[in-house]
Amino acid sequence: MAQEVRTTDQRTTTTTGSAERPPNRPVFVPPSDIYETHDSIVVLAEMPGVASDGVDITLERRMLTIRGRSAGSEPGGYQRVYNEYVDGDFERVFTLSDNIDRDRIEATLQDGILQVTLPKAETAKPRRIELKTS
Amino acid sequence: MQSEMNRLFSGTGLAPTRDFPPINIWLGENSVVVTAELPGVTRNDVTLNLQDDVLTLEGKREPGRQQESVNWQRRERSYGSFSRAVQLPFRIDPDKVQARFNNGILEIELERLEADRPKKIEIRAA
Repeated sequence: MAQEVRTTDQRTTTTTGSAERPPNRPVFVPPSDIYETHDSIVVLAEMPGVASDGVDITLERRMLTIRGRSAGSEPGGYQRVYNEYVDGDFERVFTLSDNIDRDRIEATLQDGILQVTLPKAETAKPRRIELKTS
Repeated sequence: MQSEMNRLFSGTGLAPTRDFPPINIWLGENSVVVTAELPGVTRNDVTLNLQDDVLTLEGKREPGRQQESVNWQRRERSYGSFSRAVQLPFRIDPDKVQARFNNGILEIELERLEADRPKKIEIRAA
């Protein structure tokens, strides 16, 4: 239903990326939950530090690409003295099945979690088939 | 020794830890900022405690509620309780602590206790 295109360990950086990205800025694979309901497929991806204007979602043919650009959590006037995480960008690509209603895809970003809701096309919903009596 | 200390505190390398949440510490002149990556956590899910110069973050990551039974295809996010104690570089004035969430990042700004600040000592003429 939603297959990942590249398989990479979480929290490891990928070397592929667009050329306009500044060097040394890591790209993370966001840990994601995906579930399917009767009506839709829902993707939840962890992107801490990303504001809504830093999100980029594209659907090209069956490839859903989610990207997030961290706004940076560096407080002004302070010097970093201890470091367990770094700001970076997030990127992940999933292949969707054909039966998504592409016009009704919705995305929200709240508390650093990107949620993409992909409604199933009418033809893809499970249908009960009645037996005809002869 | 000095260069070793500089390397340790230069902030380039990541500290080897798997503790949750991952934190960064930022030092100002008389204040310190602790930032923590807490995606999906809201302010109601976190408790902050301060004891002298030790800050404790405690909370819970709850999975979102689904109205109907769902078919999970991928579960990579983790949930459950977390707790971290952070040793700060000086004692803190408990009345001067500010904490806010910003896109899943918790930022806590703590001011140094007035009595704990370095004092300039005048040398009296003999």
